[in-house]
Amino acid sequence: MGAKAAGRIWMESKLGTLKIRTPLFIVSLLFNTLAKKACMNYLEHVGKYFLMLKEVFKKPQKRAVFSAALFREIEDLGLKSIGIVAFISFFVGGVVSIQTALNVESPLIPKSLIGFATKRSMILEFAPTFASIILAGKVGSFITSSIGTMRVTEQIDALEVMGINALNYLVLPKIIAALLFYPLLIFMAIFLGIFGGWIAGVLTDLFHSVDYISGVQMDFDPFLIKYAFIKSVVFAFVIATVPSYHGYYVKGGALEVGRASTQAVVWTSVVIILLNYFLTQMLLG
Amino acid sequence: MISVENIQKKFGAVPVLKGIDADFERGKTSLIIGQSGSGKTVFLKSLLGLFQPESGSIAFDGKISKEMGEREKRQLRQDMGMVFQGSALFDSLNVEENVMFPIKMFAQQSRSEMRDRVNAVLKRVNLENVNEKFPAELSGGMQKRVAIARAIVMNPKYLFCDEPNSGLDPKTAIVIDNLIQEITKEYQITTVINTHDMNSVMEIGEKIIFLKNGFKAWEGTSQEIFKTDNTSVVDFVYSSNLFKKVRQAYLGQTN
Repeated sequence: MGAKAAGRIWMESKLGTLKIRTPLFIVSLLFNTLAKKACMNYLEHVGKYFLMLKEVFKKPQKRAVFSAALFREIEDLGLKSIGIVAFISFFVGGVVSIQTALNVESPLIPKSLIGFATKRSMILEFAPTFASIILAGKVGSFITSSIGTMRVTEQIDALEVMGINALNYLVLPKIIAALLFYPLLIFMAIFLGIFGGWIAGVLTDLFHSVDYISGVQMDFDPFLIKYAFIKSVVFAFVIATVPSYHGYYVKGGALEVGRASTQAVVWTSVVIILLNYFLTQMLLG
Repeated sequence: MISVENIQKKFGAVPVLKGIDADFERGKTSLIIGQSGSGKTVFLKSLLGLFQPESGSIAFDGKISKEMGEREKRQLRQDMGMVFQGSALFDSLNVEENVMFPIKMFAQQSRSEMRDRVNAVLKRVNLENVNEKFPAELSGGMQKRVAIARAIVMNPKYLFCDEPNSGLDPKTAIVIDNLIQEITKEYQITTVINTHDMNSVMEIGEKIIFLKNGFKAWEGTSQEIFKTDNTSVVDFVYSSNLFKKVRQAYLGQTN
């Protein structure tokens, strides 16, 4: 074989390899670039969120104005959420007790287990997590849309021109209102859930009132109340801050405010679910 | 007085302000005009301190803003009033609370003193019996007047207006223009207005600055703008047939 022919074969083999490798190489390069970009994007958001918190936790400029804003937020974020939380927790409690009753068929298992299971489910998971997810939807979208609308209609610029720390003025009362009020909402949800379970059992005749009440009173562990309280405080902070972040940094118009509200609800729910896992592992594991 | 020296501002790699010098005098209404994207809003927001220019300086009565301490900056902000394009009234507050807001934040006054001051400024902008109404219940012109009342309630030294006439009918626009000019004279405020409205240029333009592609392309008065042969200014200001005819008539008369 002459040198020319050998060179041609070598070239063909190289080109052939290139032909096969090029698309794979481009795909992997694209994937790496996009993944890196996405990671950097998330990191940028996390950094911006903590920088926002740094501005939020400054001394309010005027105590009287802060107090008025706080009471307004307690009404908007707390009092106006009582109805939906009460409604859902009452029926969730009812469903838990009915499902437990229907699944306890063995005569060896005492009927008091229904009350016990309903109480535990409500305290451990349904009230703190379920109610928080509902509040993330209701309150989160409200916070993002109200702050976002202020941003796109230059109301936040107006505050800044006046020399007001807009983040402190808008977000701090929301955080304090949520931290003060949401634990109360969660305990109301626990109580109404257990009450709903009792009403459901009595109405459907699946178990006796006495059995249910003795189940509720059985093996009471005060730490579980602490656990529910810790979770409700952490989730309250997330519900107040993550939607505020999405609203404050929105750019554009009404459409973008709508998109930011959806994003806020999704991310608040994601953060709650993740923190729920870690808190459960840390506190009960 | 506001003195601007060679300010430059970039967004990423894109230069928006490319070295602008200007002086805005006390007791005069100065207008900034130019096409969309010429840098007017960025210039105004730089004056307000909402954007930080990369270079150059802005001095308020001789004090350079970037050399001020936190306390001086806070005081400077309280000396500024701003009327935004869309009024930017707080939706959740009624008219009285909107106008009272800066006093509540920065002044130590009793409720009755605050209310008296609010009623006085609302009267000054020719608005009465609207204290309990919310912004959504007001017309565009009334919203602008509430915004002016809020801007002047703290007796500012500097008044900034971003397109104060946008969305208003010509008659209401003239009312707003005249109101801003009267207030400027009455309180001896340094007023800077961003506008697209050529009626405002003719009515209240004591000083006009024309921006083009981030540069100051022309400066003069409403009288001088009739005579200028700067083609960029002529193309922009006299783009409508009506204004072309007005200019021809004016030049015909003076020649």
